[in-house]
Amino acid sequence: MTNNTELDLNQIRNDFPILHQEVKGKPLVYLDNAATTQKPKAVINAVSSYYETINSNVHRGAHTLSDLATRDFENARVSVQGYLNAETPEQIIWTRGTTEALNLVAHSYARAFLKAGDEIIVSGLEHHSNIVPWQITCEVTGAQLKVIPVLDNGELDMDAYGNLLSDKTKLVSVAHVSNALGTINPVKAIIDQAHDAGAVVCIDGAQAVPHWAIDVQSLDCDFYAFSGHKLFGPTGIGALYGKQELLDKMIPYQAGGEMIEKVSFSGTTYNQIPYKFEAGTPNIGGAIGLAAAVDYLMQLPREALELHEQALMTYANQKAADFEGIRLVGTAKEKTGAFSFLIDGAHPHDVGTLLDQQGIAVRTGHHCAMPIMDQFCIPGTVRASFAFYNTLEEIDQLFAGLEKAKMLLL
Amino acid sequence: MSESINPFGTSITHEDLLEDLEFFDSWEDRYRYIIDLGKKLPDMPEAYKTDENFVHGCQSQVWIHGELNNTDNCLDLLVETDAHIVRGLAAMVMAAYNHQSPQTILDFDIDAYFEQTQLIQHLSPTRGNGLKSMVKKIQDLAAKHTH
Ligand SMILES: Cc1ncc(COP(=O)(O)O)c(C=O)c1O
Repeated sequence: MTNNTELDLNQIRNDFPILHQEVKGKPLVYLDNAATTQKPKAVINAVSSYYETINSNVHRGAHTLSDLATRDFENARVSVQGYLNAETPEQIIWTRGTTEALNLVAHSYARAFLKAGDEIIVSGLEHHSNIVPWQITCEVTGAQLKVIPVLDNGELDMDAYGNLLSDKTKLVSVAHVSNALGTINPVKAIIDQAHDAGAVVCIDGAQAVPHWAIDVQSLDCDFYAFSGHKLFGPTGIGALYGKQELLDKMIPYQAGGEMIEKVSFSGTTYNQIPYKFEAGTPNIGGAIGLAAAVDYLMQLPREALELHEQALMTYANQKAADFEGIRLVGTAKEKTGAFSFLIDGAHPHDVGTLLDQQGIAVRTGHHCAMPIMDQFCIPGTVRASFAFYNTLEEIDQLFAGLEKAKMLLL
Repeated sequence: MSESINPFGTSITHEDLLEDLEFFDSWEDRYRYIIDLGKKLPDMPEAYKTDENFVHGCQSQVWIHGELNNTDNCLDLLVETDAHIVRGLAAMVMAAYNHQSPQTILDFDIDAYFEQTQLIQHLSPTRGNGLKSMVKKIQDLAAKHTH
């Protein structure tokens, strides 16, 4: 039941072993994809095959397994480079995820180059991991944090953004897609305007990468951060893309093995990128798993899947229009992934608990985006979040589950 | 809080609840029962909703106020929260702890109690943690009054 006949959703769902189980005696309806996505067999197999056959430390060994591990680890970088259309693989730096990628930019770029009087701009709908690193940067450097206001429908106030930009603006960091509201931000316009003002732009891509392939060159962003686990890959791995000239001049993030060229007590010289930012033994299995996820995605009919995801969102909106007592939180024209709402008179956590009793997994709470919750004067929302493997039937089940929750709570 | 109007732990005991819960075989009935329990909790006076009484670690807002009753040396408790199911669970906690002596509170095997309710398996870990935070708050209050 999709709007696209060439798409065999059942076959795609069969690639994801976890989806075929019962929770609380009911077929699992997994609608918490903005928190983390499920993994296809290709990823699970790649990770276990790595540990079963070639596990070794990378870049160090003069032995066969280490060479094989190094080859696959560096090929994984090339896969991610391809997914983001980065200029070179060296511009892909492995991190634990989006959080670490953003902290890396804050530490190695912003803290190193910003000073009192400079300004950093974020938006009002950011995830805490795209707020707090900049607050700390400001504390340390004396720079000031400015916030793009969010309109009632969850879109950014782009006029206000234009007014915030000035020659004091040194860095703009915004989400490509909001995790709490699903808003797709006009990042291309944000980037172009920031560049006109002479600022560097960092994009938090955590919630965008699962929905379409990113082209960092056409976006012309300076940094792009994402998490592997939200891209159908393993946890504990993610990446930061950066423009070469910026990465080259940045200071190291952590210090230790691998990130140095030469160490002596009279002075140490750093390795080149990306190794300068990758101190210590990396998450080799994770990187290989993430590459498997990217390779898996690349062979899917992405455009058809994108249309299918849009159909899911449209269908959820239609169902909501007929559902008494639901209030959508975030009604931007361009949305993907997150479908956030409240049921009148019911606490979101109660709704979440009762959905869980019916095998339906959603997230409730503030979604690590307290400022936007405060702006809307709500403690949090119920958030159903979709991936391409979700079906229209699952949205029916969500609304049937909500009907039941309402009956019990109200 | 001179006289306790909280029926849990006094007129409604934790044994009563365990007996009731045995009857239900559907999750709907079980949850309907818990939600109804919450409705029997007395409201907490605004003055008690202080930072000190706030219970951290819950997904919803929870306050617990406790006072030692001078006549019988029992701890009188009040709890407030904004979510129905959490309120019901809080009532179950009250059934075990309210108007008990501090030592009785500390000696009570709360894990065994919740296991018997067969609710823990139905609780999400976060909510489970919220429950633990409530229990910890009350145990800390009790400990303060034992020495
Ligand atoms: C928009 C956004 N940014 C950042 C993050 C942090 O990602 P991670 O926890 O994988 O580092 C998330 C994850 O919830 C997110 O949704």
